[in-house]
Amino acid sequence: MGRKEMIAMLLAGGEGKRLGVLTKDLAKPAVYFGGKYRIIDFTLSNCAHSGIDTVGVLTQYQPLELNRYLGIGSPWGLDRRDGGMAILPPYVKQKGGVWYTGTANAIYQNMSFIERYNPEYVLIISGDHIYKMDYELMLDHHKRCGADVTIAGIEVDWSEASRFGLMHVDDEDRITAFEEKPKTPKSNIASMGVYIFTWSELQKYLIYDEANRSSSHDFGKDLIPSMMRDGKKMFTYPFKGYWKDVGTIDSLWEANMDLLADEPPLTLNDSSWRIYSVSPHQPGHHVGVSAEISASLITEGCMLEGKVHRSVLFYGVNAAKGSTITESVIMPNVRIGEGASIHRAIIGEGAVIQAGVTIGSPDDEAITIVAVDQYVTNDHMLQEVEHS
Amino acid sequence: MKHKVMGVINLIHETDELDRLTQGRCLATVPFGGRYRLIDFALSSMVNSGISKVAVFAHTKYRSLMDHLGSGKPWDLNHRQSGLFVLPPATDDIQEISRGDLYHFYQHRDYFNRAPLEFVVITRSHMVCNIDFEPVIQAHLEHAADITVICKQQAEPILGKARKVKMDEEGRITAIQDHFGRLVSDIHSMEMYIMRKELLMELVETSLAQGQDHLVRHAIFSRLDKLHVQGYLYEGYLGVVNTLASYYHNNMNLLKPEVWKELFFRPGSIYTKVKDEPPARYLESSKVSNSLVANGCRIEGTVTGSILFRGVHVRKGAVISNSIVMQNGIIGENSFISHSILDKDVEVASSRDIRGVESSPFLAGKRKII
Repeated sequence: MGRKEMIAMLLAGGEGKRLGVLTKDLAKPAVYFGGKYRIIDFTLSNCAHSGIDTVGVLTQYQPLELNRYLGIGSPWGLDRRDGGMAILPPYVKQKGGVWYTGTANAIYQNMSFIERYNPEYVLIISGDHIYKMDYELMLDHHKRCGADVTIAGIEVDWSEASRFGLMHVDDEDRITAFEEKPKTPKSNIASMGVYIFTWSELQKYLIYDEANRSSSHDFGKDLIPSMMRDGKKMFTYPFKGYWKDVGTIDSLWEANMDLLADEPPLTLNDSSWRIYSVSPHQPGHHVGVSAEISASLITEGCMLEGKVHRSVLFYGVNAAKGSTITESVIMPNVRIGEGASIHRAIIGEGAVIQAGVTIGSPDDEAITIVAVDQYVTNDHMLQEVEHS
Repeated sequence: MKHKVMGVINLIHETDELDRLTQGRCLATVPFGGRYRLIDFALSSMVNSGISKVAVFAHTKYRSLMDHLGSGKPWDLNHRQSGLFVLPPATDDIQEISRGDLYHFYQHRDYFNRAPLEFVVITRSHMVCNIDFEPVIQAHLEHAADITVICKQQAEPILGKARKVKMDEEGRITAIQDHFGRLVSDIHSMEMYIMRKELLMELVETSLAQGQDHLVRHAIFSRLDKLHVQGYLYEGYLGVVNTLASYYHNNMNLLKPEVWKELFFRPGSIYTKVKDEPPARYLESSKVSNSLVANGCRIEGTVTGSILFRGVHVRKGAVISNSIVMQNGIIGENSFISHSILDKDVEVASSRDIRGVESSPFLAGKRKII
């Protein structure tokens, strides 16, 4: 097997606790986004467009749906004879097995996978973010700087900076200090959780970190700071563009709404950077005689007779006559009854909203969530839909 | 499928009166229904019926066919065993290309002989339907038929060109005639034939030996008295799409919700090449009703009674009615288009006025700039 210059390790074990019922039976990377995608499609498509043909996907929490979705990686061009996609769950070893205890530990436990390809560089990414990025350019930057590790950084609003892990950098992009969610930030360059390591260095530090009993085995908290202490060559790769952590209900809703602008900050229509996903094989959506649709994203397989404004509809949504959907995200195969009204809501896959039901109100800023397969009747009795 | 069946989609000498739509492509790959090609319906029906070995008899202008089918992945036909086989003419002499389809079957007889399958389902690409072949095989066995022909009984006229069929009370076929024949019947052949592989091979060899080289016209027509040829009446939606009028009409039929639901979902899904287009974007100024819209469209104008394929861009103030706009079409600002068929990549500049009539829609060829 030929040596690979760079392979990717994609951390996809996130629970996404803050997404509540949306991640009840689902790992966060498998959460739906943008009308036909799942969050992980963005990082996998980035890999595909960056010429990366070997991706290890580390799963742990609720992997069933995610594993089924990823399959052998064909939609992202990762069904390769040499390399391709490998799903890497925690496994039992001779001396017993353990769950992944942290992000660094997850990679540590799969060092033999990386060694098989004997890469020069390893890209560490997570399946939790929405962005389009050419990792090849980042690798060029890493090589140019002669770095041991390069961390992608993005300038965020000063008002929001305290929510992120921040990096202090000099004029040559060299990282001089880190601050983890400081109350009074002194930098506004946030770490995007995208790392390129020179493999020989990463290998050393993974072993070193694993042996350290007081470590929580996390890249951001443990491994990177210890490289900093040792004076390793650490650089940032300045990224310009859209990047969003959709880890909360509000940010997931917002990121979907971002797509509806006339000139959205994240374009999905770029034919040179398509976002690949598993095709649900649905026909063009049907817009009925009484339908009114504006400022929205509508996916194939929908059948619409109602009013839709500023909303994102996934495939197979059925909205009956007289129904109104505004500022909402409607996940696949949701059925919305006659005269039902939905405002500022995220409706989980397969839910049924009965005729006449009202969800959310224009006077209320809060976002309502309806869980997967919920049956919502007029007296708001929620029960799971039985699948036939 | 319980029985061992192989499929053949026969594209040889298909009746094709689609004008410029088939100038650079074969009938099988004419875009249809917002995101499909005609062949998707026969192919998906076979796959959904459990047929996992399908041969496509390519004949002429098959670049678009090869491009569309690829390895057969979207239809789940990229298998270790069986799968999709595109069989173009195997001929030394260019003259032979005009010979009948039996000659083609003969040239590819090894393909049939090697397959350890009992039955063959032979179809065309222009019969737009969603059919389960399993009950057809059942009926074929129950009637102990030699050949079963799938037919559609329909009182309203079929706009496309289809053969007419006469059946007796037991459903046995007593007469078949070409569409221009004088036979009066409301039963139309769907050009789908089921028979044992051995019988097919026998028909191929004996007919060719007698100098006959057309499967239906020679091998089957002339043996109606010797063989038990049974009719099977298909109940679902059928579009015979081999004339421009029927192409337009059958696309427009998809705007009826009941036809949309039936043709695309029952009994199985229709598969096609995946394009990874994002969801359709409706802008604030869009006004759309009674239409079929595929992914990747961007709509700023008004669309009624129309079908938009993947990646169509309707600019501000543009009005499209009763029209079919194929992949990546661009309709300029304030242009008006009615009763038109715009092939792939057609670009209409701003403030144009293009009108066809229902009986004779305006047709713009691929990549035309208006």
